[in-house]
Amino acid sequence: MIMALVLTPAIAAALALVLPGGARRVLFPLTAAVHAALTTFACLSTPAAAFGGWLGLDDLGTLFLAVTSGIFLAVSVYAAGYLEREVPGPRSDALGSGVFSNARDAIFVACMLAFLSMMTLVTLSQHFAVLWAAIEGTTLASAPLIYFHRHRRSLEATWKYLLICSVGIAIALLGTFFLAVAGQLGASGEQVMDLTSLLEAAPGLNTPWLKGAFLLMLVGYGTKMGLAPMHTWLPDAHSEAPSAVSAILSGALLNCAFLGILRARQILEAAGEAAFSGHLLVVFGLLSMVLAAFLILGQPDFKRLLAYSSVEHMGILAVGVGLGGAAAAGSMLHLVNHSLVKAMLFLVAGNTLAVYRTRTIREVRGVMVRTPVTGALWIVGLFAVVGSPPFGTFLSELLVLRGALHTGGVLVSVLFLGALAVAFVGLSGAVLRMVQGLPPGGYVGMREPEPWLSTMPPLALAALALLLGLWIPGPLRHIVVQAARAVGGGGF
Amino acid sequence: MPWVDIALVVLILSCLRLLGGSRLVACISTVALQGVLLGFVPLALHGVTVFSGVALAALTVAVKALLLPWFLRRAIREASILREVQPIVSLNLSLLFGLGALAFSGWAAARLPLPPGAPSLGAPTALFMVLVGLFLVVARSKALTQVIGFLVVENGIFLFGALFAHDTPWLVEIAVLLDVLVGVFVMGIALFHINRAFDSIDSRRLHELHDLVLDAPSANEGTP
Amino acid sequence: MDAPSALTPLIALCVAPLLLGVINRTKALFAGRTGPPILQPYRDLVKLARKGAVYSHTTSWVFRAGPIVTLAATGLALLFVPLGGVPAALSFDGDVVLVIYLLGLGRFFTVLAALDTGSSFEGMGASREVQFAALAEPGLLLGLLVIALQTGELSLSGMMAGLAADGGSWIALVFVALLLILLAETARIPVDDPATHLELTMIHEVMVLDHGGPDLAFVELGAALKMWLLGALVTGVALPVPGGPPALHLASGVMGMFGLAVLVGVIESTMARLALVRVPQLLVGAAVLNGVAFFLVMR
Repeated sequence: MIMALVLTPAIAAALALVLPGGARRVLFPLTAAVHAALTTFACLSTPAAAFGGWLGLDDLGTLFLAVTSGIFLAVSVYAAGYLEREVPGPRSDALGSGVFSNARDAIFVACMLAFLSMMTLVTLSQHFAVLWAAIEGTTLASAPLIYFHRHRRSLEATWKYLLICSVGIAIALLGTFFLAVAGQLGASGEQVMDLTSLLEAAPGLNTPWLKGAFLLMLVGYGTKMGLAPMHTWLPDAHSEAPSAVSAILSGALLNCAFLGILRARQILEAAGEAAFSGHLLVVFGLLSMVLAAFLILGQPDFKRLLAYSSVEHMGILAVGVGLGGAAAAGSMLHLVNHSLVKAMLFLVAGNTLAVYRTRTIREVRGVMVRTPVTGALWIVGLFAVVGSPPFGTFLSELLVLRGALHTGGVLVSVLFLGALAVAFVGLSGAVLRMVQGLPPGGYVGMREPEPWLSTMPPLALAALALLLGLWIPGPLRHIVVQAARAVGGGGF
Repeated sequence: MPWVDIALVVLILSCLRLLGGSRLVACISTVALQGVLLGFVPLALHGVTVFSGVALAALTVAVKALLLPWFLRRAIREASILREVQPIVSLNLSLLFGLGALAFSGWAAARLPLPPGAPSLGAPTALFMVLVGLFLVVARSKALTQVIGFLVVENGIFLFGALFAHDTPWLVEIAVLLDVLVGVFVMGIALFHINRAFDSIDSRRLHELHDLVLDAPSANEGTP
Repeated sequence: MDAPSALTPLIALCVAPLLLGVINRTKALFAGRTGPPILQPYRDLVKLARKGAVYSHTTSWVFRAGPIVTLAATGLALLFVPLGGVPAALSFDGDVVLVIYLLGLGRFFTVLAALDTGSSFEGMGASREVQFAALAEPGLLLGLLVIALQTGELSLSGMMAGLAADGGSWIALVFVALLLILLAETARIPVDDPATHLELTMIHEVMVLDHGGPDLAFVELGAALKMWLLGALVTGVALPVPGGPPALHLASGVMGMFGLAVLVGVIESTMARLALVRVPQLLVGAAVLNGVAFFLVMR
């Protein structure tokens, strides 16, 4: 079962390289659907561990796997339509980089499926070395995706992504080795790198090495997650990649990197160093929130705007887990909500980009007139991403805020609220300006066709985000609380 | 174990050579030397008796000292670039930074208790190599030199793993090697594309995407 | 002060010019020539001493004093330098600093004499010399500091004696660094070409361009003594001290100096001169090597 989860997308990726175009476009969402079905089955039953305990599905992994699989299913449906519409030959770039062409569709589909396979491996890994290898695998699988539109800016984004993330993940590997040494110098005297043994031996682990390990893994995996100040690759990569890829990057990949940090947090929690790890998480989280909020103000490009919003929400996640208690549960809930909302927003941004052929906010006007469904979704997405009721993000951010007020202190709460407020101003200004008004050139009454493959996935995601704001189903609540307990939090 | 200590000192000196060296081919040869030493150190530490140890050493030398430097030299030839390092931070300052990084690594490693059987110079050397690699990524403008910096970071981490985390399964070391190999190949492909798109591999040209402009764009756009 | 120690400055005075001869002979052999006789520097000194000197009207007493003060300072510094494990004629705690200062005093007066001529060539050479010295002196001090840390002694004689019982990779680093500094301070390739006749490429030679007769003899003897001094430091670091009578020590010390002279000759013959902008890098590299040795010793 576990192996099937990882191998199905991998085999499909290999198949995608050889199948013809039409079959390939069907294979893509089909594989995603199969993967989602396998995931549902795995979450409901408890699958056996594989590879001598190196791969397994625990509570924390269940949550992340479910989110990844769900987001990927929605995006794959969208991407099938996207690939059909994309012009393969050379065309001129709206932002002035001259003429460019796309890479082959086969590479797109194959890399996406390989990407899914690697992300699944991340959620299933119970051994730190496997975790590291899987996260590095996601970097290598997603780099060609960012370079799908072959022009200079995307090349620059790909280069930064490759270099910064590889260096960050290497630092995380050093942290993993530190963990092994902590085990050797601890009470048990052996070097272990798998989760269960480390959790057992946690109270006896050597403290300086353990703290060093957490710091390195936080910085290393935090680079991949997009925590400031290591986030510099994120706006470029998320804005230059095709929108479907951006949706997966923001909605699933950042979460998987966060999982790496959470695994380290689990160890420190069991070793009694929750305060140390909590403080570090809160510091990095608040830094991300504040930096992202100020970079959202006056941001001219709407995809970069969404990317900085991702940085901010990753900061919220880090702060929530760092504070512990109910805030950790809020953080886990926010994980689900943010993935849904951000993926929807990126897909909607992709629709707008396809119609208006520009990413500059000033040049986009009257989305509601020209493409009503997309316009409505923009509004819905705006309210969801800034955390207003009745969406799920309101509840999760409120939980984290309560934790900040209880245990974090005045400074943490003020910074948290301030960053949220500044981001609200920036985001709403940009989105409302885009959606309202008349389209440039006076396209009154002329509506663009909106293919249902491009609007159904975002609608579904928006509906789910709304649903989670009104009612949290029992199983989801259970998974969220279990995941929060695993990283030292409580229920709500 | 004087041989291991001598190898570690030579690794430190090789990192300083990378900081202060101005010829690209010499930098690549230095990284190859590091690869040879990295293959040698675990053997010297744990003895030549275990077959997996010898196989790992041979694989390390093959990848880090032969395959990757060959690939990088080919990248230089194909890009037909000026074969000099183009530093953002001057070479003298880089050397002084190296000294500072060495002192910092010594201090940081002194705060971590030493496992038994490990050379006392091991942790500072590994940390120093990681810091030098990070510096090379940040303070050099040629994209190829950034790849060399990434290689040095990986070398430092490999050294740390070989010296301290030696009980970890053999698979982990292989995975690390594989990661470096694939990573550098992918970067090499990206380098090729960069050269084609920009007609140079000066990463200062990769500056179109930015939000905080800290310095005025360079007026000197003509140099490769 | 016992007899062997009292002999060391005398040996230095007598044998130092021979070092120059050995270097020139080695370079000639590498070039396939026979080269000047090994005793040629002595003949040159005698010839210069017998000549008269011509002084320009634009110069002052500083110009005449320069070579004399330089020779006196270097000679005085020689009293504190041990040879081959035999303690120096004079030694006290901290004489390291005195030796460095005396060398600095000599350099200062050479530079003053060069500036005193009012010629631009000498000024250019003086500025280059001082720039490189500003980088070489900290490196030299750092190297001596490393030795002082390791041996726990603060006098040159004590340091060299203490090194005899020591090993470790840091000694190799200090040896290479001190050798580089010696090449820089004595104006040898790869820092400066002593055989060049183009003023724009000179560093040290151009400073003494206007001296003649006995002044030039003093300058050349002073340069030879400076090489002996720094060479004694380098060989003291590199060579182990044998057991046995002091005469054997002195002999092995002198042999070591000749070996160093041959090494310098080999380096000069096999390397090209560095571009002037690269010399600071070489000197910073020497200082960094000493820094690494410092780090190794501190652990």
